[in-house]
Order: sequence, then C-alpha cells, then structure tokens
Amino acid sequence: MDLYEHQARELFEEHGIVVPRAEVTDSAKEARGIARRLGGRVVVKAQVKTGGRGKAGGVKVAADPAAAEITARQILGMDIKGHTVGTVMLAEPVDIESEFYVSYVLDRAGGGFLAIASAEGGMDIEEVAATRPDAVARVPVDPAEGVTPSKAAEIAEAAGLPAQSVDVLVRLWQVLVREDALLVEVNPLVRTAQGRILALDGKVTLDDNASFRQARWGADAAGPADPLEAAAAAKGLTYVKLDGEVGIIGNGAGLVMSTLDVVAGCGARPANFLDIGGGASAQIMADGLSVILSDPAVRSVLVNVFGGITACDAVAEGIVRALDTVRLTKPLVVRLDGNNAAQGRAILDAQRHPLVEQATTMDGAARRAAHLATSA
Amino acid sequence: MAIYLTQESKVLVQGMTGGEGMKHTRRMLAAGTDVVGGVNPRKAGRTVDFGDRAVPVFGSVAEGMAATGADVSVVFVPPAFVRAAVTEAADAGIGLAVVITEGVPVHDSVSFTAYAKARGTRIVGPNCPGLITPGQSNAGIIPADITKPGRIGLVSKSGTLTYQLMYELRDIGFSTCVGIGGDPVVGTSHIDCLAAFEDDPDTELIVLIGEIGGDAEERAAAFIRDHVSKPVVGYIAGFTAPEGKTMGHAGAIVSGSSGTARAKKEALEAVGVRVGRTPTETARLALAVLEGEA
Repeated sequence: MDLYEHQARELFEEHGIVVPRAEVTDSAKEARGIARRLGGRVVVKAQVKTGGRGKAGGVKVAADPAAAEITARQILGMDIKGHTVGTVMLAEPVDIESEFYVSYVLDRAGGGFLAIASAEGGMDIEEVAATRPDAVARVPVDPAEGVTPSKAAEIAEAAGLPAQSVDVLVRLWQVLVREDALLVEVNPLVRTAQGRILALDGKVTLDDNASFRQARWGADAAGPADPLEAAAAAKGLTYVKLDGEVGIIGNGAGLVMSTLDVVAGCGARPANFLDIGGGASAQIMADGLSVILSDPAVRSVLVNVFGGITACDAVAEGIVRALDTVRLTKPLVVRLDGNNAAQGRAILDAQRHPLVEQATTMDGAARRAAHLATSA
Repeated sequence: MAIYLTQESKVLVQGMTGGEGMKHTRRMLAAGTDVVGGVNPRKAGRTVDFGDRAVPVFGSVAEGMAATGADVSVVFVPPAFVRAAVTEAADAGIGLAVVITEGVPVHDSVSFTAYAKARGTRIVGPNCPGLITPGQSNAGIIPADITKPGRIGLVSKSGTLTYQLMYELRDIGFSTCVGIGGDPVVGTSHIDCLAAFEDDPDTELIVLIGEIGGDAEERAAAFIRDHVSKPVVGYIAGFTAPEGKTMGHAGAIVSGSSGTARAKKEALEAVGVRVGRTPTETARLALAVLEGEA
C-alpha cells in the first residue's frame, strides 16, 4: 500500500527526520487558517498517490492566507491522472540551496534492499539514472547489519551527499524496517540556505503482508476503491475491475492472468480479474459470481478452474448456489479440470440451465465466452 | 534422478498438526512422500495417525532430524511464525526447506532467505505450491495425480499454471516440477532451477512459466543464452493484466526493465526459447520439440 505524502511526512517526523511544518485539510476555508498558523506564505500540495502532480497544477505557492484558500479551492476536487484530490497539504516554504535524492528499495534480484542516492535530486531520478548513470549510487544493504552510521557514510560518500545526510540515511532505514516498508524515498532531500537538511517530499510503500503487525494504517489509508472492488474485498476475493465485457473467474493469480490473455487473444476484452484462490469453497464461488454479475458491463462470464487443491465439485456447487440467489441474465461458460472435475461437470449438467454451458478446454472456453460477449 | 527431491528424501512437516498441515500431509503421504515427522514444540512426543502411517511429532527440527535423518522440511506455519520456523530449520542444518505459507512479510523473507543461504539451506518459496518429483516424492501442495514421471522439468512462479501445464503434458510426464512462488523475494529462482535441470540427466526439456513483475524472466533468458544447452519452452502470463502497483521511481532503476509480459516474452525469444501464447499452445510447442528430437 502506498501512503500519501502527508502520511510519509508524518512517519519521517516520528523517526526524527526534519520535515517542513505542514498541515492537511479537505476544506478550503480551513486552508486559510492553516496558512495563517504557518506564517502566511505556503505551498499548497494536492494529496494523490500518483506522480506528476506539479505538472498537472496540483502544487502551487500561495502568498498569503487569502490566496491559500483560493488555491486550495482550485486544487481540491481536481482530477490528476484519474485520481480525485480529496485533501491538500499546506507546508511552509523552504529556501532551497541544493537538492538530493535518497531511497531504500526492495531489490528482487538481490533478494534484499538497495540504497539509491544521488546528489542530483528534485528532478526525475529515472531520467538521471538513464542519462548519467554515474550520478546515481546503488549500494546494497546487508539485511542483518542494516544501515549503521558507517554504512550511511559509505552511501553518502558514493553519491556525493553532504555529511549531514548521514543521520537522515540512518533514520530513513529505521523507517523502512520499523514500518515494514518496501520503499522509502525522499525526493528531494534539500539543504537550505541556512544549512539545514530537510525531507521536502517523500514516498512510502508499505508491505500489505505485514499489516497484521502494523495496525496503525487502517483500510481507509488505502483510499477510495471501486465499489465493486470494495464489495469483493469484503468477501475476501481478489477482484480488479477492467474495461471489457467478458467477466472472468478463476483460481490462482497466474491462471486468472492467463485466462485474461487468452480471452483477449480471442478478440474480446476481459471485464475483470477475479481470483477465488486455492481451496475455494462453494460459498466463495457463489460470492465471486454475484460480484461479477452485478457489473452491468459484463455480457458473458467465463469460469476457468483447474482444481489442484480446489475441488471442482465445490466450484460447481457454488455456481448452483449463486444461480439460486442471483437471477442469471448473461451466458455462463464453465471449464472445470483437475480435482473432482467429473463430479463438478455432472452437477452442472444436472441443472440443465439454459444459460450455462460447459467447455472441455481452456482455449475452447475462452473462444466461446468471447463469442457470446461480442455477438450478443 | 530429478532435482532437489527424490524418493530418498525424508520429509519433516513444520506445522503438521494445523488444519492445512494435516490435510496436505495426508496428500503427501498418498503421493508416496516419505513423511518422517511433524514439528510442534507443544505437541512433541505424540504421534498423528494418518491411516497407513503413524507420524511422530518432534519438539524441534533438530530433534526430528536426529531421530529420522530428515533432509527436507515443508513449512505450513502461519505468516507471523515463518521466519522463526525457517531460521530453526536452517540452524538445524536441513538441506531444503519448502515454505508454502502465503502472506509472509517481505522483510522476513529477505532476512530468512539470506540467513538460510549462509548456512547452506535451500529455500523454495515462500508463497509457493512446493515441488514434486512424480512417482517419487511430493513436498508441498501440488496435486500428484494429474501427471506422471517423465522427461520434462518445469519451473514456475504460479501454482495453478503449473498444474495446468502438468496436466496438458501428462502423457510425456515430468522429472521435477518446482513452484518457486510469486513473492518478490523467494529462496530459489528460475535460474537456480534451470541450472539444476541442465545438470539433471532425467530432464530433456525445460518448461519455464513466468508472469508480469520484476525481471526474473529477463535474467533467466540471459542465463539460458550462456548456460543452458537443453531446449526450453516458455509461457508468460499477464499481457492484459492491469498495470499493477509500481514501486515508485526506484523500482524501475533497480531492475532496468519494465517488467511487462511483452518484455519478458521478447527477452526469452531473443535467446531461442519458444514462447506459447496460451498454456495449451505452450504444451504443443513442448511436444513438438520433444518429437522433433526423438
């Protein structure tokens, strides 16, 4: 889960990293009072979990409290790359002398974390890495050792950062470890004309797997979800809404992704990704089907299950249960293979439902579902 | 001979007495796995009756190894306890620990994979279906009855796609199938398995299944170019998957790759790997290669 900038700022502050004074609000009126408290002149920043806010007009300087209210009103409700701005952060302006980049990020290939640092912060670090790779230092961190002051000094030296950044590097590592983060990024880390070091903007991605021991960020921290996605999540299903017309249910992320690809290869567009997981019960199958059938864009539904742990007769029972509770108005193509497939097929055959048909192969099922969706 | 797991393997199950542990220990035994014990400090000294076989429960991995000569552990404990379980297994000197558990915090995976590696313990997983050498042994949750022993080696991030390909190619059969797991940090990589299959006389062809995210498939492609003489057939899932959560700017810098399915397919094809558009076509390609060389 990505945090908002103001949440990242709060974490940095808690761990002793100096950040500009700032407050968050969803009201333009309140923005005026906040600006007054911060000394009048402020930076108004849209809180959205996407890059390119500045270019989109989501970051503006306001000269006084009255201007802050007007600016906040402009930015609140703005659409930035599909993200609606619900809150703004007002921060005291900072007199920047130089800008740096520091982050710790998961390195899949190395199986650990990498420190990435550059004396050329503030701009797009990917571009710096592409055009002048020597300007970006990459230093692996031993997970058992962590970032000690001497390790931080090594990172700062490799990137050409000022000596004062060593303390920030040590504290930033503490944020990563204590919060179970997969990414902590400060861009830019700035030195002011007065010689202070501040984290001006930050990004933190938390590990969803660790939420059981990191309870402080509630589900609302993830931000508003699509209503169908929220309904599915409440039932323990992994559902992602897409733009197409073929509803898809399968078991296991790999097989569901593959099913999406095969349907697309047949000339139709998948309406969603829905993984009922391993060992799915009849109830989970019924829940999944009702989520998909409530999507008005869906014109046919493909159920593609390879029963490893999942028993196909339970999947078939789930379909039957769903048919009892939801009125089926769209054709359903079912492909069952693997564990108890014969029993599962027999259960569906016995229903003799006019809108339910079975296919014997994954490719055949995808072709049929695509045809039904595009010809109906 | 197969890789990593044979009929000689003696298997301990950490978390055997839990619901998932019981269910899958029963399945593993039915598949011929030599399950020699369970581990649970609170139930040490008891035995669990699985019908044909009564399996003793030990207080620790070290005790279980000393009593039985176990060399493999399959881990079913809940996410919060995986790190301690794997650390214990590595300290005891087990050769292979297969971590089935889903939802392990990444910081824990980083820590215990490094720890195990330093002690010579191979980790498969976490968040994986395990591995099977059909007809010999099954360590994990892969269904054993959908295929048979044969000459294909399979390595995959995805469980259900593994099953799909095992089933499609059931008439040829498999030396070993390894589900390495889909988490960003796993103990055994595609490359580790490619190297092992290359050295395995029972494996004639390798099927490599990948999916979007990371750059493991691109690195596997480079390894195939330099080190694999056996034919490799590939499949990549996720061409139409929605753009996932990105790791900020830093993620792309680390991998140097976009992580898309297309980039992975192209990287594999560039080194001569034939990549199927569907699982079924991938199976047909594998068949064609084997028949062409027969």
